[in-house]
Amino acid sequence: MANNTTHTIEYKTLVKILLILLFLTFITISVTSIHLGALTVTVALLIAGAKAYLVLSNFMHLKYESLLLRILVAMVFVLFALILVITFIDYAFR
Amino acid sequence: MSNTTEKIEYVSYLDHQGKYKGIMSWLMATDHKRIGLLYMYAIITFFFIGVLLGLMMKLELLAPGETIMTAKMYNSVFTLHGILMIFMVVIPGLSAVFGNFFLPILIGAKDVAFPKLNRFSWWIFIVGSIMAVLSQLLKDGPPDTGWTFYAPYSTTTNSNVIMATAAAFVLGFSSILTGLNFIVTIHQMRAPGMKFFHMPLFPWALYATAWIQLLATPVIGITLLMLIAERAFQIGFFDPALGGDPLLFQHLFWIYSHPAVYVMMLPAMGVITEIIPTFCQRQIYGYKAVAISSLAIAAVGFLVWGHHMYTSGMSDQARWFFSLLTFIVAVPSAIKVFNWITTMYKGSIDVQPPFLYALAFIFLFIIGGTTGLLLGSVATNVQVHDTAFVVAHFHYIIFGGMGFAFFAAIHYWFPKMYGRMYDIKLANISLVIKFIGFNLLYFPQFIIGVQGMPRRYFDYPEQFQPAQVISSVGGFILAFGLFLMVYNLVKAAKSGAVAPANPWKGSTLEWQIPSPPSLENFDEAPIIKVNPYDYK
Ligand SMILES: [Cu+2]
Repeated sequence: MANNTTHTIEYKTLVKILLILLFLTFITISVTSIHLGALTVTVALLIAGAKAYLVLSNFMHLKYESLLLRILVAMVFVLFALILVITFIDYAFR
Repeated sequence: MSNTTEKIEYVSYLDHQGKYKGIMSWLMATDHKRIGLLYMYAIITFFFIGVLLGLMMKLELLAPGETIMTAKMYNSVFTLHGILMIFMVVIPGLSAVFGNFFLPILIGAKDVAFPKLNRFSWWIFIVGSIMAVLSQLLKDGPPDTGWTFYAPYSTTTNSNVIMATAAAFVLGFSSILTGLNFIVTIHQMRAPGMKFFHMPLFPWALYATAWIQLLATPVIGITLLMLIAERAFQIGFFDPALGGDPLLFQHLFWIYSHPAVYVMMLPAMGVITEIIPTFCQRQIYGYKAVAISSLAIAAVGFLVWGHHMYTSGMSDQARWFFSLLTFIVAVPSAIKVFNWITTMYKGSIDVQPPFLYALAFIFLFIIGGTTGLLLGSVATNVQVHDTAFVVAHFHYIIFGGMGFAFFAAIHYWFPKMYGRMYDIKLANISLVIKFIGFNLLYFPQFIIGVQGMPRRYFDYPEQFQPAQVISSVGGFILAFGLFLMVYNLVKAAKSGAVAPANPWKGSTLEWQIPSPPSLENFDEAPIIKVNPYDYK
């Protein structure tokens, strides 16, 4: 931890983020009625990724943390994405 | 550790009187050194059970046909041997034992970041181990799937797969928590003034390992839960009959289990990196290259799992891609080997048992590593897939590598851990016996593997018998060497000569403090050097 100060986020901001998250959930569900074929998984994961970003940076206060810590967390998501992409090199070409 | 406190009376961590007495002072211990020893006693016990199972297999393979057990029993024996050795011995092995004991000391801390979580990790390690034992005793009979639990056989066999996988699941939690603890410890608990690039290289290796433990282990947890769900509720994840894909199991399983190889090997490499500079009295060659190669191995190691699946029906594109990545991951490992050897150049070498063990490690690791390239290349892999060649390869890596590094570590740090010295001559004799036994046991398996001897078979055509007999004899020679080593160490722990604080003239922090260390390691503030390997 770079510092020990506490950060309070205003309720207004939190409610705003909650609404965005609910909206994204709505999109996730409604998008299933459109047939995107091979892109279905990609779209679902992109929306989920956006939601995870909002939760991590706001609710989990990652945006107040040191650059090193933010890079470490970002690397985890990059790794996760790489593993999925590589798995699909098998599934897409089989 | 401020300079204002008066001098504290030195009491070894072994004699320290806390809240609890007798056995409870161990079971309830939060001291990282006691927890390290608890892991060590448990792991060595499991190791010897695994060795006994290995010897049973070697007896069965002395002659073609049924020798001492049925085919079904043989399947159960190699499954248990695998589960014990992988999940309960080599994966926790170095990081839980020597990582716990020496990581805080090497970075100048008095304990890990979360001592109670550390104790909890050991407890669930024991719970998981008990579950693994139970899976052998419950009424459906011991699992016969091999330690890899491949679907769809594992979702359909009648043996006790659920208990065994649940055990691996619980053991995984122990690994995750240890990894988390070490990451936070290294980030937050380094002595004031110690930057990342001032740390010794064993902590660097543990740091890379801890990230793998934290990120890869949940994958096997999910996979085993999916397997249990499929067995219990007929959900079709893996079984094609239920609409599943058996290759999905292999993907998920190896996404964890390949990085798990580096959970075993990175700390092993870290131990060797500590030992070589000490016994050459020479600065490690290429400190930063060795440190960063640990991270590179951890990172690239996450992306090569498909080399276990070349013959499983994966797409051709995936096969060449995994083959390419597998060759890339060999590069940072080779960097380490070159740097160890270059460190020895013009050093003033003191040939003591830990150094000899490190040399044995390098020799065996090179054989294991280069045969790994044969397996990483698709064309040759298809020829030797699932043969004794694979068995020989991974035993050279896991036993010749991780196992001999464990022996090197225990001979290096024993005087620090117990404050006593073992018989040097006996240690050298047991090393020579183990080295000869090891090569007799596994080298012939390369040859019969190439000739077509499959792995996991309890029977074989007569042409393989000479090699099988040599291999079995080697197994018993190796076991005798192991017995000699344990005898030597147990005797030394009880009545060995008192060891000085720094018997090997080491330069890292553990050699600055008394042997055995006191409860909080540093009664006086340690002197932090910018270069941990400064022998002047
Ligand atoms: Cu692998």
